[in-house]
Amino acid sequence: MSHNRQVRDVVFVDGVRTPFGKAGEKGIYAGTRADDLVVKCIRELMRRNPSLPPERVDEVSIAATTQTGDQGLTIGRTAALLAGLPKSVPGFAIDRMCAGAMTAVTTTASGIGFGAYDVVIAGGVEHMGNHPMGSGADPNPRFMSERLVDPAALNMGNTAENLHDRFPAITKDRTDAFAVGSQNKLAKAYQDGLIQPDLVPVATLKPEKGWALNTVDEPPRPGTTVEDLASLRTPFRAHGRVTAGNAAGLNDGATAALLASAEAAEELGLPVKMRLISYAFAGVEPEVMGIGPVPATEKALTMAGLGIADIGLFEINEAFAVQVLSFLDHFGIADDDPRVNRYGGAIAVGHPLASSGVRLMTQLASQFEQDHRVRYGITTMCIGLGMGGTVIWENPHWDGTAAQSSAGAVGSVSETGSVSETGTASEAGRATEKENAA
Amino acid sequence: MSAQDYSTLTGLFPGEVVTHSYVQDVQLPAVGGRPGAGTFALITLDNGLDHRRPSTLGPNTLVELKDVLEAQRARAAAGEIIGVGVTGKPHFLVAGADLSAVKGLHDRESGVLMASLGHDVYSTLSDLGVPSFVFINGVALGGGLEIALNANYRTVSTGAGAIGLPEAFLGLVPGWGGVYLLPRLIGPVNAVKVMIENALSNNRTLSGAAAFKLGIADALFEPADFVEQSLAWAAKVITGKVTVTRPNAVSEPLSDANSAAWDAAVAGARKFVEDRTANAAPAPARLLDLLEKGKYYSKAESFAQEDLALADLIGTDEFRSTVYAFLDLVQKRGKRPAGAPDAKLARPVTKVGVVGAGLMASQLALLFARQLKVPVIMTDIDQARVDKGVGYVHTEVDKLLAKGRISPDAANRTKALVSGSVSKAAFADVDFVIEAVFEELGVKKQVFAEVEAVVSETCILATNTSSLSVTAMAEDLVHPERLVGFHFFNPVAVMPLLEIVRAPKTDDAVLATAFETAKALRKTAVLVKDAAAFVVNRILGRMFGEITAVFDEGTDAVTADNALRPMGLPMSPFGLLALVGLPVGQHVQESLHAAFGDRFHVSANQQRLIDAGKKGLWEKNDDGSQFVFEETLALLSFGNTPSTGEEVLIRTQDALADEIGRMLAEGVVAGPEDIDLCVITGAGWPMHLGGITPYLDRVGASERVNGRLFHPELAA
Repeated sequence: MSHNRQVRDVVFVDGVRTPFGKAGEKGIYAGTRADDLVVKCIRELMRRNPSLPPERVDEVSIAATTQTGDQGLTIGRTAALLAGLPKSVPGFAIDRMCAGAMTAVTTTASGIGFGAYDVVIAGGVEHMGNHPMGSGADPNPRFMSERLVDPAALNMGNTAENLHDRFPAITKDRTDAFAVGSQNKLAKAYQDGLIQPDLVPVATLKPEKGWALNTVDEPPRPGTTVEDLASLRTPFRAHGRVTAGNAAGLNDGATAALLASAEAAEELGLPVKMRLISYAFAGVEPEVMGIGPVPATEKALTMAGLGIADIGLFEINEAFAVQVLSFLDHFGIADDDPRVNRYGGAIAVGHPLASSGVRLMTQLASQFEQDHRVRYGITTMCIGLGMGGTVIWENPHWDGTAAQSSAGAVGSVSETGSVSETGTASEAGRATEKENAA
Repeated sequence: MSAQDYSTLTGLFPGEVVTHSYVQDVQLPAVGGRPGAGTFALITLDNGLDHRRPSTLGPNTLVELKDVLEAQRARAAAGEIIGVGVTGKPHFLVAGADLSAVKGLHDRESGVLMASLGHDVYSTLSDLGVPSFVFINGVALGGGLEIALNANYRTVSTGAGAIGLPEAFLGLVPGWGGVYLLPRLIGPVNAVKVMIENALSNNRTLSGAAAFKLGIADALFEPADFVEQSLAWAAKVITGKVTVTRPNAVSEPLSDANSAAWDAAVAGARKFVEDRTANAAPAPARLLDLLEKGKYYSKAESFAQEDLALADLIGTDEFRSTVYAFLDLVQKRGKRPAGAPDAKLARPVTKVGVVGAGLMASQLALLFARQLKVPVIMTDIDQARVDKGVGYVHTEVDKLLAKGRISPDAANRTKALVSGSVSKAAFADVDFVIEAVFEELGVKKQVFAEVEAVVSETCILATNTSSLSVTAMAEDLVHPERLVGFHFFNPVAVMPLLEIVRAPKTDDAVLATAFETAKALRKTAVLVKDAAAFVVNRILGRMFGEITAVFDEGTDAVTADNALRPMGLPMSPFGLLALVGLPVGQHVQESLHAAFGDRFHVSANQQRLIDAGKKGLWEKNDDGSQFVFEETLALLSFGNTPSTGEEVLIRTQDALADEIGRMLAEGVVAGPEDIDLCVITGAGWPMHLGGITPYLDRVGASERVNGRLFHPELAA
């Protein structure tokens, strides 16, 4: 077995999420359990893919940043049991803060590539109403005493202000304009029915109100203008730049995705929405954690042997507008480039921390299906305590035409064609063909 | 009628715990995920209390629901909504009518109003102008299930427990449409099964899956996303993506085959009711009358007849007695026994000793091992008896395993818990010893002396005696405060009652431990004073005495044995004596006679049967009918003062009123409620008579004999 081991192709079969809610007493999920939100997603995935025998799921990996209470007790396992998956299906909990679900995907994908799994469920949840950010955490005093991390780095809003300091060219006007664009793009996507197909309706019960059915996201504020945003206060710094309007809110929600080896997908008749090319995580100074996607993306591109110009679609998490713009500026991409966050982003739809990674993937998969000219896309996000994560995906619907490119590969490390030793997209593709032929 | 018209009714219940009807507009998830199927009004029935307080239906609840439904009808007419759904708070749709409210309806006028209010509300649900749905998420009993039956469509959760129409058991009929709608929805045979057979079989209910299988619900979903899937299904029904088929439904006009099946179902049910209740209670027959005549009724005709039936039955003693027996006694008093000391005084029971390895002892060992899940040691005088006792337990465990009642692991665990020894030294570390040895004071005292020499100072000693004095048994103990009576009924696994006997020296910690142990054993415990034969056997003994006396006096066997049929006993007296065993019955009777004198008749004829080795009076023909062998009769001698059945009944009623009056005067139990709880749970006497004391009040025996009622507060 250990001889002749081959890395296997990993495909993204399907992804769903709950509508996202606003954290807090008035939010749609006040009184609803986090694990129940995950369960709804897992069950919907199984319903949408009836050709998958439940006992063929080899792992359930669910991320949560705060792993206590209704997000505790090894939520990947509890959610699998609560969802009615066979008891033979194992599960685990995973945490990389905002990139929890992304890490659930990459970790289990690695297991697929290695041959440990055929089919997995990976996702994430954060009920920030039940688990305010950082609640219960006990940072080691050495961070302070030895100045390992600027205390400001433990507050994400401060790190966003720090990013403005580092890149004076990113003004509040630019971040507000980007935020308005996010709201408008999401509203348009809703109007075009591009968001709804991957939402799982969630029924919730509130005292003296009865059952309600939640079918749409609660956070969006369509019709927001730059004038509206200009007047918002800057809670992290007096006369600062980061506001509730140009940042993601505090939210509740869950996501889940189905991944499989290419062979298993074919055997079981599962759709292939995306093919995994490469992924990478990278660390940066915690006090400017928002810049994390830049080195992570460079690393992932290098591994894939691709350049930034090869990427036809970007799903970048909008923790803060400034952090997205620092990424775009680095790669020479315009603030309003149509390849970036076509359906809007977290500023509009919300960011229930550990769940968001799979939302990016689900949306990229939808865009791949809509746009067959695109061959490669990335999902990328910044991560607390100074990290970034990037996953590069290939569009199985690509029609062979050249991807649209409106920007040069400014600052990209590798040029197209420089093959790294870790294998390239085309190699992965050939491997699949070989397998299929055999 | 408008809500206003029910104000006299609602005004009678200012303290009703109202189950509210909360409405939320839901955007139905259209097929394919896009919104747009339309707005659906979802009503949640919720009394705002936790799972320990089921939602129920009282007049104020129904009027609120009616107002909400009328508002939806108006919205439907205005084109604002495309459907209406009703569901409940977690675990409950609705557990049925608020029985204490219905019991409180003392005049017929109010009964009629309550019946028609239900019909009024439920008819609205079936005629909203848009499709109506009920999502049966949990318990749906009686009027709760009838809400669902009156809707156009139903879904049910696999997690829903307790679905049924228990009205016939309670002394009512499913008169809010159930008796009309159910046979048409699931066929007459299934309907009779739900309304009669289940109701009269210890109030058996259906699971969600069983309800779906019968056709009560059109779709079955799992609890994890039951509301979501029900709404998605409703959207498909409304948009025509799903067509509902009801294979068990009976369409009108009835085909000849359906008509014949209908008649056969009613006839079969009448036989069932006769067998089960000897027609002692009016409700099942009234239900079957409605069903029989209702074959050709229109809905309106049936609803009118249902109103009358409900109003009649609400006024019956049988209904009030059932509510008393079921709600006040079994559900409430049975769970909070009168006179039990503070549970905090109870000591832990981590290991149990059983003295004896006979049939009773073996049943006790099995019960303790299964329910307490602690080691149980049986002792007897030789290894063969010990092996037989332990073997009995293992065999019974294997039977449970074979029936799928317990898992293999649980079977292994239970078997491993039960061991045997020929030496009482094995009791050194037990916390509780119960004896089930031969019913003789000297033997029991000897046993306890031996046990006391081995066990710790705090080990509790319990006796399963049915007729001996616990006080006398404690006399020579070093620690008499540790002895308590723990009287089970046969078969131990089936009969709920446990008479806990407090002797004068029994201390509170011991008594508290006895009650906590009873609870852990899932028995209904009643505290009784140490008086001969305690409660059930004393009452049965007095009854046996009267019946054997009239038999000895010359009343023929059929008359004597059938005279008590109006009392709705589960078995005739001679039948029960044969089951108990004539020698055992005679032994108890003799000890009662010794204790109380001639009012407990000891039958010479019964002794002759015992001496002749007869197992009982009756023999069975091949067809099940009973007769007495001529040769048996030849053994017996009779007086020449026969009684009529009527005379036997009155004589027995009076004897029971007398005996129970004496027991209450002696303080054997805290009140007549405990007497009733004992005969219901220990002898299977009927709830529709309230056990026995409400019946004795009603037939005049209490006043004839004691000059007063046992329950002056229940007199209407």
